[in-house]
Amino acid sequence: MTQTFILDGREIPFEPGQTIIQAALAAGVFIPHLCYHPEFKPHGSCKLCTVKVNGRHTASCTYKAAPGLEVQSNTEELNGERRTLVQMLFVEGNHFCPSCEKSGDCQLQATAYELGMMSPHFDHFFPDRPVDASHPELLLDFNRCILCSLCVRASRDVDGKSVFALAERGIDSHLIVNAASGRLADTNVALEDKAVQVCPVGVILRKRKGFAVPIGQRTYDEAPISGHLPLAEEC
Amino acid sequence: MEVLEKKKLKVATTSLAGCFGCHMSFLDIDERLFDLVQLVEFDRSPLTDIKEVGECDIGIIEGGLCNAENVHVLLEFRRQCKILIALGACAVNGGLPAQRNHLPLTDILSEVYLSSPGLGNGMIPNDPELPLPLNQVHPIHEVVKVDIFIPGCPPSGDAIWKVLTDLLSGRNPSLGHGLIHYD
Amino acid sequence: MSSGSLESILCKYDGSPHNLLQILREVQEEEGWITPATVAALETALAVPRAKIEGAASFYSFLHLQPVGRYRILFSDNIIDRMGGSQALMERLCNLLWVEPGKLSEDGLVSVTTTSCTGMCDQGPALLVNGRAITRVDEARIDAIAERVRAQVPLAEWPGEWFQVEDNVHRRDILLGSDFEPGSGLRALHARVETDGIQASNTRSWREGLPRGLVGPATMLDEIKHANLRGRGGAGFTTGLKWEACRNAPLADGQDRIVVCNADEGEPGTFKDRVLLTSHADMVFEGMTLAAYAVGARRGFLYLRGEYRYLLEHLEGVLARRRRDNLLGHSIIGIPGADFDIKIHVGFGAYVCGEESALIESLEGKRGTPRNRPPFPVTHGYLDQPTIVNNVETFAAAALIALNGGEWYKNIGTSHSAGSKILSVSGDCERPGLYEFPFGVSVAEVLEACGAKDTQAVQVSGPSGFTIAAHEFDRKICFEDIPTAGAFMVFDKTRDMFQVARNFVHFFAHESCGFCTPCRVGTSLLRNLMDKLHNGQGSPYDFEEIEKLNHILQAMSHCGLGHSACNPVLDTIEKFRPAYDSRLLHQQFTPAFDLDQALSQARQMTGRDDELAHFGAEHGDKQ
Ligand SMILES: Cc1cc2nc3c(=O)[nH]c(=O)nc-3n(C[C@H](O)[C@H](O)[C@H](O)COP(=O)(O)O)c2cc1C
Ligand code: SF4
Ligand code: SF4
Ligand code: SF4
Ligand code: FES
Ligand code: FES
Repeated sequence: MTQTFILDGREIPFEPGQTIIQAALAAGVFIPHLCYHPEFKPHGSCKLCTVKVNGRHTASCTYKAAPGLEVQSNTEELNGERRTLVQMLFVEGNHFCPSCEKSGDCQLQATAYELGMMSPHFDHFFPDRPVDASHPELLLDFNRCILCSLCVRASRDVDGKSVFALAERGIDSHLIVNAASGRLADTNVALEDKAVQVCPVGVILRKRKGFAVPIGQRTYDEAPISGHLPLAEEC
Repeated sequence: MEVLEKKKLKVATTSLAGCFGCHMSFLDIDERLFDLVQLVEFDRSPLTDIKEVGECDIGIIEGGLCNAENVHVLLEFRRQCKILIALGACAVNGGLPAQRNHLPLTDILSEVYLSSPGLGNGMIPNDPELPLPLNQVHPIHEVVKVDIFIPGCPPSGDAIWKVLTDLLSGRNPSLGHGLIHYD
Repeated sequence: MSSGSLESILCKYDGSPHNLLQILREVQEEEGWITPATVAALETALAVPRAKIEGAASFYSFLHLQPVGRYRILFSDNIIDRMGGSQALMERLCNLLWVEPGKLSEDGLVSVTTTSCTGMCDQGPALLVNGRAITRVDEARIDAIAERVRAQVPLAEWPGEWFQVEDNVHRRDILLGSDFEPGSGLRALHARVETDGIQASNTRSWREGLPRGLVGPATMLDEIKHANLRGRGGAGFTTGLKWEACRNAPLADGQDRIVVCNADEGEPGTFKDRVLLTSHADMVFEGMTLAAYAVGARRGFLYLRGEYRYLLEHLEGVLARRRRDNLLGHSIIGIPGADFDIKIHVGFGAYVCGEESALIESLEGKRGTPRNRPPFPVTHGYLDQPTIVNNVETFAAAALIALNGGEWYKNIGTSHSAGSKILSVSGDCERPGLYEFPFGVSVAEVLEACGAKDTQAVQVSGPSGFTIAAHEFDRKICFEDIPTAGAFMVFDKTRDMFQVARNFVHFFAHESCGFCTPCRVGTSLLRNLMDKLHNGQGSPYDFEEIEKLNHILQAMSHCGLGHSACNPVLDTIEKFRPAYDSRLLHQQFTPAFDLDQALSQARQMTGRDDELAHFGAEHGDKQ
């Protein structure tokens, strides 16, 4: 007999070892997330996937499903808190969507749409962050990095390299690349690397490919991010 | 936010550090503009010739804050308008002009006026008539309380129409999928 | 650095990447900073990508990938140091040395900046020079320091009394009062165990679990459980349960159980672990050894905060003596198979590494990021092995329990809080220092003992703890009322409790590890808002924002740092509301930044200073 837990009043089946978000997505229920990716070990850092389990806040991408859990997710309270987190991410970096190649395909933006974020609300940090254009095929625009560490995990766990790593701490945390020069061109990154395909936002970009699909016909123009569950499962 | 009474509402609009794109989009509500004019009356606006904003129900601001003049106009709008709307990316988060923010203004001014040939004859204009630029470009909610935000660069005519009609009928304005856009 | 000395450092640390941080520390102690050449050499020698080396090193305030000057001076920046005038002293030193705070002097000689509390609150204001603490800093000492820096006098030739650190123990109870004989705890426990069982079972190694008849470890665990010992690091977890869970955790092939002593003591206002390690190190190490005995561990670590680096040689000395006396090493006190040894791991200025899973990450040579839990360290700790992490004082208490028995111990203190608690008292009182009381002592009694007058508030257990107001001074220090990791900061009626909270918020923003969104961004936003109020720009809108951030931090953060980062603000809002109200100078919304200041660069560049080149009183309150 499959075991189940309750998510927003709905019974969700799960396999032993599955996390709440895995079981929910498999059952076709969307829970917002940014640092979770089905192919990698959960990280639990963005906190977008926070749900309430038996009344307590917890990240659903790291919390193991268990029989009989009472989980709340799609509530006004939680979506409000998630909206605040997204607003924090927007003011922490420099997100100017109108000039961003990722616009329309960006999970941060799409999640913000989903949560009805009409403004970043907080006072902007306007940090001074670099752009690395050294690589002939790839561009790194750190202004948009949300520190999800997906590229770090992909490079380490899938590509068997360590092209990306996190440096410093707190609000100064930022991404570095594995080269004495600090330039992507001097790393062993390759275009086929998983690491260059997983960035949920517009940091790691293929040069000259940015506007291949016109604005208005992109992933999240077609359907909101909550309507992309199969994609969330595969990608 | 106060519920607006069913009389003709006074609306003022202005463009600060913006490109008038949002105003163009406003006009994009097309024939609905006629419906709108039944409901509202325009005060200061690029659509009218009124220069000083009077007491209004709704103030609509396009563009962020780039210089002292922008700030003065914004403060005046806030004083005069019951409801203030930030219209478009620049008003909402500084937009494209804010992309200068990582450069010190001093560097920008000397690069533009002192180092590059042709402009300003090697000096930075200091005419007191000219508004001084701010060290950084800011979205308007960092200086005044903003009641409603309509993101987008520019927001679509449909999005603007949706927010205005929500507002006029006393609903909390919201934009669903397809209408909410930051680009 | 000569390749020879790097070679010998690598050799000392088994060339293991898990020891990366200790290797970096030793290299830096020789060279002043970690040069690109060092990074390159280690990349090859340890087979660790350079990005990982740089990523780990840059996490820690005391490891430097850039040159920092021959003299690096860090002023302890806790509120208590500030109350002692540290800010003016720092300014004085900067002026004397012609340096800007936080910047390396042009000649590359000296840098001056602040650091989180250095644990010298009873003898502050304090600072660190190249990692060495100088206590009781005053103007005369600042002038003398400046002279020596300018004359480039080597640190070794600076007056020894500057570096003197006092114990300042003002009340002793069972722990600080005991003249603990090294080995006495182990022997007492051993004597308590019926001899037959021991011999039979201990011919096997400790780590092979607990077959029937292995009475020694079981006895130790029983005593600890019977004593009702609870952790002294703050959370108050039952020590016996933690040890038992670790002992029961299955071991995979090649795994060991690990005992870790948490001497990170980063909570501002806490300094009791420093004194325990200075004057009662045997008791602490014996407690660790007993714990190892109980859980079946062969390896132990002491995680010593970087600010206490000066204790390293002393502690290594104690460990060496204990090895000689067969209190560490193989077959301890002659029990066959009783093998255990302790290594000291020095930290580098990261408060979050006091959190046990972050501490373990740091022990493994990585960034000090708290882990996702479960699994908990008792099953998956150091290198995924079952690990217990306990506070210094917890281990010292365990040694006493072995010596005197659990029954003796549990009758001291209150019913839910057995034993005694060492309080680190600082701030507005006549006799700052350590006070050991049985649990259940009231705040008022402690204030009385330390000679505090006109007390307005006490911050118990540091910034992440509780702000206790005068009407609550009859409340008791114990797990069932006010639990504490030991800090007891006293504020008299002249102090501004808003500034206290603001100082703490700055602390959390500085120490956030940056892993999770709510804390990484939220602590900085909270800091900015508190500064806005401080600058006289606050309005009720900002107050609302503060409350909202408090909620997000509490509900969404990943670890205890984020959860408690809002505590000082919540408590002071509740208990000292006027200190906030007096700062909400504006009824209307106020700009996030100083408008007039925002024209400064344009004024500078145009040379204008006319009326239109300024913002008058136009903004702000006028409707
Ligand atoms: C941010 C943070 C910092 C901490 N710092 C310390 C510390 O410096 N010393 C300590 O013993 N425990 C500290 N703790 C608590 C430890 O995580 C852990 O609970 C404790 O070491 C367990 O020991 P105990 O059971 O003996 O108290 C900290 C916890 C957090 C969340
Ligand atoms: S990364 Fe996403 S949110 Fe950021 S600017 Fe690009 S599209 Fe916008
Ligand atoms: S670059 Fe992209 S994938 Fe990498 S940490 Fe930043 S946001 Fe995440
Ligand atoms: S709460 Fe703060 S310290 Fe803890 S994991 Fe999150 S960012 Fe790091
Ligand atoms: S998706 Fe769970 S914390 Fe990021
Ligand atoms: S002017 Fe409308 S978004 Fe720029």
